[in-house]
Amino acid sequence: MAVTVSRESDSVATPTQRALKEAFYAGAIALGLFVLFIGLKTGQNMSNELVLTQRWGLLAAVVIATAVGRFLYVAYGQPFMANQKIANVATGLLPASVGSRFFTLPAFIVAVVAMVLLFVFNGSLAGWVGAEPAGYLQFLRALAVIYVLACVIYYFRAFIHANFTKLGITALVLYPILVVAVLSLNAWSIAGGLQGSLKWVDNFGIQILIYVMLAWGLNIVVGLAGLLDLGYVAFYALGAYAYALLATQYGLSFWILLPAAGCMAALWGVLLGFPVLRLRGDYLAIVTLAFGEIIRLVLINWREVTNGSAGISGIPKVSFFGLMTFNVSDPNYIAKVLHIATSSAYYKIFLYYLILGLCLLTAFVTIRLRRLPVGRAWEALREDEIACRSLGINTTTTKLTAFATGAMFGGFAGSFFAARQGFVSPESFVFLESAIILAIVVLGGMGSLVGIAVAAMVMIGGTEALRELDFLKQIFGPDFTPELYRMLLFGMAMVIVMLWKPRGFVGSREPTAFLKERRAVSSSFTKEGHG
Amino acid sequence: MQYFVQQLINGLTLGSIYGLIAIGYTMVYGIIGMINFAHGDIFMVGAFTALIVFLILGALFYSVPVVIALLVMMIVAMLLTSLYNWTIEKVAYRPLRGSFRLAPLITAIGMSIALSNFVQVTQGPRNKPIPPMVSQVYNINGVSVSLKQIIIVIVTALLLVVFWYLVNKTSLGRAQRACEQDRKMAALLGIDVDRTISITFIMGASLAAVAGTLFLMYYGVVAFSDGFVPGVKAFTAAVLGGIGSLPGAVLGGLLIGFIESMWSAYFSIDYKDVAAFSILAIVLIFLPSGILGRPEVEKV
Repeated sequence: MAVTVSRESDSVATPTQRALKEAFYAGAIALGLFVLFIGLKTGQNMSNELVLTQRWGLLAAVVIATAVGRFLYVAYGQPFMANQKIANVATGLLPASVGSRFFTLPAFIVAVVAMVLLFVFNGSLAGWVGAEPAGYLQFLRALAVIYVLACVIYYFRAFIHANFTKLGITALVLYPILVVAVLSLNAWSIAGGLQGSLKWVDNFGIQILIYVMLAWGLNIVVGLAGLLDLGYVAFYALGAYAYALLATQYGLSFWILLPAAGCMAALWGVLLGFPVLRLRGDYLAIVTLAFGEIIRLVLINWREVTNGSAGISGIPKVSFFGLMTFNVSDPNYIAKVLHIATSSAYYKIFLYYLILGLCLLTAFVTIRLRRLPVGRAWEALREDEIACRSLGINTTTTKLTAFATGAMFGGFAGSFFAARQGFVSPESFVFLESAIILAIVVLGGMGSLVGIAVAAMVMIGGTEALRELDFLKQIFGPDFTPELYRMLLFGMAMVIVMLWKPRGFVGSREPTAFLKERRAVSSSFTKEGHG
Repeated sequence: MQYFVQQLINGLTLGSIYGLIAIGYTMVYGIIGMINFAHGDIFMVGAFTALIVFLILGALFYSVPVVIALLVMMIVAMLLTSLYNWTIEKVAYRPLRGSFRLAPLITAIGMSIALSNFVQVTQGPRNKPIPPMVSQVYNINGVSVSLKQIIIVIVTALLLVVFWYLVNKTSLGRAQRACEQDRKMAALLGIDVDRTISITFIMGASLAAVAGTLFLMYYGVVAFSDGFVPGVKAFTAAVLGGIGSLPGAVLGGLLIGFIESMWSAYFSIDYKDVAAFSILAIVLIFLPSGILGRPEVEKV
């Protein structure tokens, strides 16, 4: 609730009086919004009829919480933020004065000691204090780790800012090794470390990197060429089904099908591009949305080929360039060739490096293309289509190449997705996915590769982390399921981040062509295209 | 022939509901130039509010006449849904007015996700069926017309007349049309632009709430995810008719309704949505601004 509800700002009223008034309005509005939806719950009774159960206590709690939150925000939050804005305009994420007060050396030492102690005595804690306090201690440990990491980031922020890309790539390359090392130390065995790393490498690493790759692919269409595409997930689906069908029906290898799926998606990109060339802005958006829905509906209904909504299962795994495989029964299974213990983690770690490689390929191609005539034509098209045409740029080919290139990366990501899941169904390619990818591109700051990667990490990593909140069950009771709130929080986070940074995380752009010296331009000065 | 007339009536019913939702899209687009992606979920909130009011009426009174029940459901749904849309506009769209074009689109998508999941969390993920409210069916020359369909068409027609009067004959409508043409000039001439935009959102939400109530009455079931498909169809209808044009929205809604019912009757029911979307793409190739839309004037 970031806006003033009452318009007439009374100059006589003190901030507290104003806050009280605002809190009253916020409470009244919350009461109106929630009276039917939280106060009453529809449920089925024994004879399958709908009945209402009353939850007035919960309603009162929510309304009071809204009013109190609004009061605190108007009375303390707004003046505080206004002061911070004046005190420190340049530091961005966290103003320096708050940071140095929050991240002090004694607190840092205490956190490190607490973290180490809790890690060392992790196994015996439950025996000493009982199961329930041990749960809280685990939560405390997680907080300590976050605090220590935040301290390190805060104190080295200048260094990190200067070498962000290099540090980021190094961290990404080392990530699975670090996870396995830390978990092996924690469990005192390498097998245990490998087993424990599955979740971290698969759910967090691979999942985030798939979205990074998709968002970087969409960035070519939306961020560089300025064409609003709401159906990007269609190309992802085409790539996934191309690999799934050709691999299960004809037994072709991933390494042949990866380029094939990319080419096929690019072809469909051109096919979609032709009819929409004359459309502008939001007409383009709805046609791409319609295209995405058409592809999904065909996948559901063309049962002879796609097996309908049941999907295709048993998709073969990727092999290590044909030299080693990841199927335990094969004679050249990786553990047999290298004489190491059997574990399912090798495949996940291999997939992690594969998607990392694909991501870096996308980034490399994007960066190089921006310097080529076609990339400059894309950006010129985004800024002004009429000027573009009058300078002799062929807007038809420019738009088509943007669509095709973006679609190709979507196809790559799709075939990787099929290989990783081993199963594809139309469920995975709904409009929500397109919306999430577009949101990542915009939240990251359109056109900025680093910003998009950060946005993907925050949004996707954040929602994945919400699956880990089982300790909340100890507070709210066993009926409480944090997973349910995942998408609700995701939607609200999209709104809040957008209100907080309307230009995305990275609000400036590096020009590709410059005179004498390179200087970043605030993206407020750049346009986002008309379609 | 009878079969054809039957499908025509089905299409008209469906098209009326799409048309009512499409007006909300097209009005908001006309006045602030953004796609209000949360509008489909606003429609779902309207249907859900009507459902809860229906259950409250059932719990409080032994029997309520159908006309009164429908009226109460519609009025409460209109009020509460308007409150939702008004709040969303205040919280998520107004701070971003004047920001770049994609920012409000992203908050709208965020609000759409948040709204449908809010209903899922608070009301549960299951389908919510209600007993049929009106079940009379009339048979005229072998064409069966149900009372539900007659109610839908009549309510829609009445609302469109009221709406036409509001937009064309009142000072509020004049303010809206002025804001649509030139917001800055309208503000200079003393029109409260913020208020006008708020009222536009409220009007759009009211129509969507009525559509939601009619949807609940027609199908007798609603779920938290029901906002998406009608929302996308109505948006397609708005674009097909020419986004920003009010008669275009109604025309587009009816067209989409006819295409759907005809396609499911004569070809295959599985591909009815594919047909609707394909016809949208084909129409836009030949008429890039929709059927009744004004072509955009390019100024250099």
